[in-house]
Amino acid sequence: MSVLAAFRDSERAAPILERIRARNTGPVSLMEFCGGHTVAIFRSGIRSVMPGNVRMLSGPGCPVCVTSNADLDRAAALAKMPNVLLATYGDMLKVPGSKESLAEVKAQGYPVHIVYSTLDALRLAQEHPDKQVVFFAIGFETTAPAAAAAVLQARAQGLSNFSICSVMKLTIPGARALLDMGEVRVHGVIGPGHVSSIIGADAWRFLPEQYGLPVAISGFEPLDLLAAVDALLEMIEGGKPGLSNGYTRIVKAEGNRKAWGAVNAVFERGTATWRGFGEIPESGLLLREEYAAFDADRRFQPEVAASSEHPACRCGEVLRGVVEPPDCEVYGTVCTPDHPLGPCMVSSEGSCAAYFHFHQGAARPH
Amino acid sequence: MKHSHILLAHGSGGSMMHELIREVFLPAFDNPYLRRGNDQAVFDPPAGRIAFTTDSYVVQPLFFPGACIGDLAVHGTINDLAVGGAMPLGLSVGMIIEEGLEVDTLRRVVNAMRDAALTAGVPLVTGDTKVVERGSCDKLFINTSGVGVIRDGVNIDGASARPGDVVLLSGAIGAHGVAVLSERKGMHFATPVRSDSRPLHRLVAAMLDVSTQVHVMRDPTRGGVGTTLNEIAAQSAVGIEIDEAALPISAEVQGACDLLGLDPLFLANEGALLAIVPEQHAAAMLAAMRGREEGREACMIGRVTDSYPGIVRMRTGIGGTRVIPMLTGEVLPRIC
Amino acid sequence: MCLAVPARIIELRPDSMALVDIQGTQREVSLMVLDGDAAVGEYVLIHVGYAIEKIDEEEAARTLALFDELALHDESFGAPTPGDEA
Repeated sequence: MSVLAAFRDSERAAPILERIRARNTGPVSLMEFCGGHTVAIFRSGIRSVMPGNVRMLSGPGCPVCVTSNADLDRAAALAKMPNVLLATYGDMLKVPGSKESLAEVKAQGYPVHIVYSTLDALRLAQEHPDKQVVFFAIGFETTAPAAAAAVLQARAQGLSNFSICSVMKLTIPGARALLDMGEVRVHGVIGPGHVSSIIGADAWRFLPEQYGLPVAISGFEPLDLLAAVDALLEMIEGGKPGLSNGYTRIVKAEGNRKAWGAVNAVFERGTATWRGFGEIPESGLLLREEYAAFDADRRFQPEVAASSEHPACRCGEVLRGVVEPPDCEVYGTVCTPDHPLGPCMVSSEGSCAAYFHFHQGAARPH
Repeated sequence: MKHSHILLAHGSGGSMMHELIREVFLPAFDNPYLRRGNDQAVFDPPAGRIAFTTDSYVVQPLFFPGACIGDLAVHGTINDLAVGGAMPLGLSVGMIIEEGLEVDTLRRVVNAMRDAALTAGVPLVTGDTKVVERGSCDKLFINTSGVGVIRDGVNIDGASARPGDVVLLSGAIGAHGVAVLSERKGMHFATPVRSDSRPLHRLVAAMLDVSTQVHVMRDPTRGGVGTTLNEIAAQSAVGIEIDEAALPISAEVQGACDLLGLDPLFLANEGALLAIVPEQHAAAMLAAMRGREEGREACMIGRVTDSYPGIVRMRTGIGGTRVIPMLTGEVLPRIC
Repeated sequence: MCLAVPARIIELRPDSMALVDIQGTQREVSLMVLDGDAAVGEYVLIHVGYAIEKIDEEEAARTLALFDELALHDESFGAPTPGDEA
């Protein structure tokens, strides 16, 4: 589709960059809450062309990274239960839990299957009627509809050997928790494009209205990100925090009511434990009582020894934007993508991994 | 062949092994060296320095769009000689066959090797076959070694890149990686992306005809252009800067990469080469490359600098800069 | 994990499934959570095997036009930025 390809057009970038450089805002920090944005920002080289007063921060937008070791250990325990076949998105495979990663569990001979979609997980259950397929559901609002759809389909098909272990989380409670902690000064927020396609652009009005923070919802192409930065700087410069939606080709004000309706029909909000934040109330998606039959935790009650984090791992602080990866003592030395101490270095959207892949050895921008 | 599948006895040195050689290998690889039936191929020493290389091929699956393990085994070793500035003289072939492999499959691979060797004009002059128990190898592993003669005046070395040199790429990248991975994942494209496996020794000869002052040449196989440039930057202790907009990547390869979350810079190529040459020879060399089918899309993708030695940087589409790292944490197994 | 790709619908299939073309490769995806009807030839955004939103070509063109307009009105900061609802 040629009109989409135009969002990668580098010639359109120059005028937006000029506007950004001409702004008069003083030092500002702009934070994104989306792992996809973390990667897109690095891949496009945007940081290297930002003026010196604009600092780009990464918030807890990577669902893999905010999954706690306790949750990872639970998934490993489920995989080891007799007759269980664990299905997981590939992103989770190499993340180290307290003791081991799912890749290591798989290497020990336990059935851990990588799936691209919950449709594949359902198919596994249909093809292995004698096995119990457990889908390890991670993700934010973009991914939640796929899990809801899977549960609805499993119920419609009367699948008795399918269940999910949900550690899915909600972006906005996480963002609120970070802002409320007040550890980091944020002047503007780049709003996650695909999360917003589900929950709607209007879901972010609380930022200007309750926090006085401008928010610009952005797509993932270099032009989208530049436009979002420019929109934020304009609102900061003018002292008028508001909501800007630059991703209107995908994001509607009200979002995708059907998808979000399915999520709310199947899941309810509950307390969830976030790496780096501890427990955040109303931030996790848990199966409603009506769908308890599909809850892997209730069905199998996996036993997990006390979980622990690696003592040298500072993922939590990285996720809160308090520490930039190169400032972590073990970054790039003991902790590398091949030998990660925590998820931020091994997740495809982790901050540490992004710094490592895209900044290795080069002069630090700020 | 009496049997439809390879048995252990086909590797035991007895009559069944002779049947295998006589009915599958010899008809395909027939040449004066093999016809002598000796354990070694004998050459008169050629004039000039000798290049010697070896490579083993364990790609899974054996067949994929555009090529198979046999093509890779012939082209890959020819290319390892070619990028040293050597004209290949001959290859050896060592096959390790898993008990139970279909004879038809073996024939297909062997015939592909025959065709590749004939087209390249490089004979397979000596070989060996072993059959191992089921489970001891994955269907078929092939080793090829090659001997070639290096032209006078050519001194290609990974440590020879110099600030001011330019980086040339002979053609579009990423196709082989996509071809193998898509086959492995059972992905079906409307227009299948085909492996770019091809011999490059004639392309290299055309380049050396322009000038023997090629500083570095390498074929970016496993790990892709990104890894190869990093290796060169480290060996030569120089910085390398490339331009994202200059990279030749087909729309189909880019689309497949978007879909699979892959970076074309790190995908294997089996029919492309990188050359680092003094700037004054670049234009003539590119013209010579473009004059051949293998170099039709040859282009300059960057320069060697003295800033950030050991680091490869890329100018992005929007004029930003990012570092191209060594490939880490993303292991794409058995791609060649 | 936010990885979502644009795809063109080639064929509608039973049980809310569809065959789509994603840059030359064809895959079967679910339309179960897509808001509204989808027709052959339309573009949708696919995430983990599900179509989650239709791609509004007109909006895309409008956004691009705004970028181009900004390039012309570089000096006047009073001009609206894309989608500003402040």
